[in-house]
Amino acid sequence: MIKFQGVNKIYPANNLNPKPTQALKDISFEIKENEFILIAGRSGAGKTTIIKMLIGEEMPSSGRVFFSFTDEQKTVRNIEVNKLKKHDLPELRKQIGVVFQDYKLLPRKTVFENVAYALEVIGASDKQIKDEVPKALKIVGLSKRSDHFPSELSGGEKQRVAIARALIHRPKLIIADEPTGNLDPYHTWDIVKLLLKINELGETVILATHDQDIVNNLEKRVISLEEGQLLKDVKKGKYII
Amino acid sequence: MKIFLKRIFKNGWLNFQRSQGLSIITVFVMFLTVSMVSSIFLFKGIGDFLLVSLESKIDISVYFKEGTSEQEVLNTKDLLLEIDGVKKVNYISQEEAVDNFKERYQDDEVILQALEEVGGNPFLTSLEVTAEDTLKYDSVTTFLEQNRFEGLIENVDYYQRKPVIDKFYSIKGTFERSGLLASLILSLVAFSITFVTVRLAIYSASEEIGIMRLVGASNWFIRGQFIVQGMICGGLAVLITLVIFPIFSYIFSSKLLSLTGGFNLFNFYLKNFFNLLGIQFLIGIGLGSTSSVIAVRKYLEK
Repeated sequence: MIKFQGVNKIYPANNLNPKPTQALKDISFEIKENEFILIAGRSGAGKTTIIKMLIGEEMPSSGRVFFSFTDEQKTVRNIEVNKLKKHDLPELRKQIGVVFQDYKLLPRKTVFENVAYALEVIGASDKQIKDEVPKALKIVGLSKRSDHFPSELSGGEKQRVAIARALIHRPKLIIADEPTGNLDPYHTWDIVKLLLKINELGETVILATHDQDIVNNLEKRVISLEEGQLLKDVKKGKYII
Repeated sequence: MKIFLKRIFKNGWLNFQRSQGLSIITVFVMFLTVSMVSSIFLFKGIGDFLLVSLESKIDISVYFKEGTSEQEVLNTKDLLLEIDGVKKVNYISQEEAVDNFKERYQDDEVILQALEEVGGNPFLTSLEVTAEDTLKYDSVTTFLEQNRFEGLIENVDYYQRKPVIDKFYSIKGTFERSGLLASLILSLVAFSITFVTVRLAIYSASEEIGIMRLVGASNWFIRGQFIVQGMICGGLAVLITLVIFPIFSYIFSSKLLSLTGGFNLFNFYLKNFFNLLGIQFLIGIGLGSTSSVIAVRKYLEK
């Protein structure tokens, strides 16, 4: 489903950093459908850079990024993400649901509207939105908060809204970039369990984290990064950095 | 397509409704802009009225010799009316001339007494000629300098009045050009202030725009709701102007009537209501939506 082939990312020198910064060095890996992958590493290891490349927010300095999926017409689509033009990115992003560390909720929309927005952008009907959004909110346990605004929610609740929005349009891939970074341990495991549940339902999940406990307890495939380099890619990995 | 348009309008309306403070400021600034343009329109009406009034007072007088018959004067009048550019020719008999003089100086005993002492009627029969513009007076004077009028005409006062006439038209031209320039500058200033206000409003939503893009919204889906928001602000500004301007023009109408010698501001407003309304909507909604398009572009290109 996902293939990184010899990907490098170099940020050019600027006023604050006189030397260019190499964020990723020769990264290559593959992810199959329905996998649950942990991308582990310290802050600054390159986890977010990999995620940004997957959604086309950053382009590699060299190397290739592939994203393939089977569309509604049962056709296998193989997209080389690094070659996409800006106007093609919305189509790619409709296939991917992303959960960010800082939630990235629309502050002027209610919980219901935030989740519904992901369906609105793909042109879903009003009836579909009316049916699906309550179901998604039920999965994340926020049915009673649908009329509230993000400012009225706790961190854990905000993250659950973000997860509901990420999966409502049944994307081919869910990416969670440090989704528990701003949460306490109690809510952290709520979110992790939710992501595991989503994976059990058939979604491919990539979870980027620097949380040792999560990595060590899940016994899932772990891709470990350090200073932009791929250290290890292990089936039932542990936090090794 | 229909569903996207519906959602664009819905999201635009919700954005407007939920950003109350910012929306109020934007509507207020746009109201000032629409009001300024409307005021310029009304002031132009006043200016045009004053210019036409003054212009209608400009004329030249043709004095006929003592003893010229009324028929000869009226024949000359008919000939003058045939000249291209002559708007009006007024016949003033000797009797009418002395009556006009007495009326003009009715409060001045000294002058009236002087007239009594002169005795008889010192005034000559005359024709007052009004032309469409200053150049036509040259044609009229040239026409009257023909030999056939030598025995009839005592004097044509064009050359005495020419400096005043030329000055008037020069002032009129300057007034019109400077009026246009002032209108353009004021409009430009108003548009710039409105654009900056809309841009600030959209700057506050820049993070939201980024989130919308990450969720997969297309540029037009994002841009559209801000255009709608801008149009709503512009439309509201126009509605407020529609309420306030008739009231103000009615209140100031009587005062202006006496100041300008006949310009009825309220009637002018009513007469030009639909023209003005069209301009206001064009400015309000056009400015609101254009400003939004330009301001959003920066965040969509990132």
